[in-house]
Amino acid sequence: MARLVHASDRALLVVFDDAITVAAGNDVRVLYEWLLNDPPAAIVDLHPAYATLLIRYDPLRCDPDALAREIEHRVGSLSVRPVRNGQLFEIPVRYGGSHGPDLAEVARATGLREDEVVATHAGCVYDVRFVGFSPGFPYLAGLPERLHRPRREAPRSHVPAGSVAIAGAQAGIYPVRSPGGWNVIGQTDFILFDSTRGSPATLAPGDRVRFLVAGIGS
Amino acid sequence: MSALCVMAPGFLTTVQDLGRPGHAAAGVSASGAADPVALRIGNRLVGNGDEDAGLELTMVGGSFHFEADGVFALAGADTGARLGDRDVAPWRPCKAQAGETLVCGALRGVARAYLCVRGGVAVPLVFGSASTHLLTGLGGFEGRALRAGDRLLLGSPGKGATFDRAVDPSAIPGYRPGEPFRATEGPQASWFAPEAQAVFYDTRWRVAEACDRMGIRLSGPSIRPVEPRELATEGVLSGAIQVPPGGLPIVLFVEHQTTGGYPKIANVIAADLARLGGLRPRDTIRFEAISVSAARALLRAQEEAIDALFF
Repeated sequence: MARLVHASDRALLVVFDDAITVAAGNDVRVLYEWLLNDPPAAIVDLHPAYATLLIRYDPLRCDPDALAREIEHRVGSLSVRPVRNGQLFEIPVRYGGSHGPDLAEVARATGLREDEVVATHAGCVYDVRFVGFSPGFPYLAGLPERLHRPRREAPRSHVPAGSVAIAGAQAGIYPVRSPGGWNVIGQTDFILFDSTRGSPATLAPGDRVRFLVAGIGS
Repeated sequence: MSALCVMAPGFLTTVQDLGRPGHAAAGVSASGAADPVALRIGNRLVGNGDEDAGLELTMVGGSFHFEADGVFALAGADTGARLGDRDVAPWRPCKAQAGETLVCGALRGVARAYLCVRGGVAVPLVFGSASTHLLTGLGGFEGRALRAGDRLLLGSPGKGATFDRAVDPSAIPGYRPGEPFRATEGPQASWFAPEAQAVFYDTRWRVAEACDRMGIRLSGPSIRPVEPRELATEGVLSGAIQVPPGGLPIVLFVEHQTTGGYPKIANVIAADLARLGGLRPRDTIRFEAISVSAARALLRAQEEAIDALFF
């Protein structure tokens, strides 16, 4: 059962589930797209994540309790809403060597050869659950279990743009240079964020991603 | 177009307006002035709109050369500024003549001051905003802090008149120095036992050296949830007080990451956010619990008090 909490004096948080489930992810998407296309007054920003939607509003332009009732009403009628069909994106990756400094360690820890790690990572289709953390960063679900590895003990202060990385059950790509603790196994030139576009993030919840092997090592 | 030339950039000077909310779903946090109350008042003093862009000075000011006659105001910290041989106090409009240089010194009392120039600073807008997002290099002047030699174009003045006197912001609700930071319950407040919450609200927290536009780290006693739990990464906003496993809270600020996986014990209210922008390392602060409806009443009172300065 979804619940609604006041996350602050200017934001409501819709929690569809405390766990990361496919059903909750779908509900987040449907509510997000509904509020995006037909926003109640005073909505300032919407942030979908795994199982929650954060709704920021202007408290000077609305009654928070009335807004909460409106959101609750929509949450109760999600089942009749259509879901946008996502697109499949193919993203070429140069794995290992200087492009993927953590590939060797992931291979060692999983007992796989480096080319097996690459084949596993590139051998499946991922779901884009949401974009967050930094501009255009996609949180991808679908990483095969044998590649599940904890974050690095010591996060890097600078992870280069285009780094293809994994952490726990998650896969992702760093679109801009930023700090980061995920295991970097490759590098891509694929553009994930372009501030000159109306929709700056290339990927959106519901899209799918397949990684293509553009090279291994060196 | 007239221009302002950066002779010396100070410690960290960026172009800021009121930010670009609305792009969290693309992973972009709003950025914008760390102390929007000061920026807005500075803008009104020179007849600009609230949303016009000015320069955010941090800790140590800089020197700025006027290529043409202009009107400016400093707002926020007193920078001990001088224009030629004249002292320039904050919170009042001033005229500068072509060729004059405004020299700002170390900021007193709080961490930030704003230089607002009539017409506003003109930079290409990114998603409708001039704000610099330093971490990602988005917006502002070439996406970065200003350097000596940068030449900032000024916009053409709007219809608003320059204000005719100084203002005193010290009575604005939420903006009085030294008051506690009011906070509403965070989405994971119940993860913390009443004793841990009492420690959170009773402690005089010290602002750590790691205090910037992304976040304000606090030092003091460790507070921990009743039991270690995993939080599925969720959206966060400026003012959210998250508690990582080490137990020392971090107040997320204007350039925060858009999502986070740490529990949030509380959230600084909108009316007190601007005062976060004044915090310096080693300042001490306290939090005070408040309801959502009381927080909203304070924000209204703050808006009315800002408007009242200009009657």
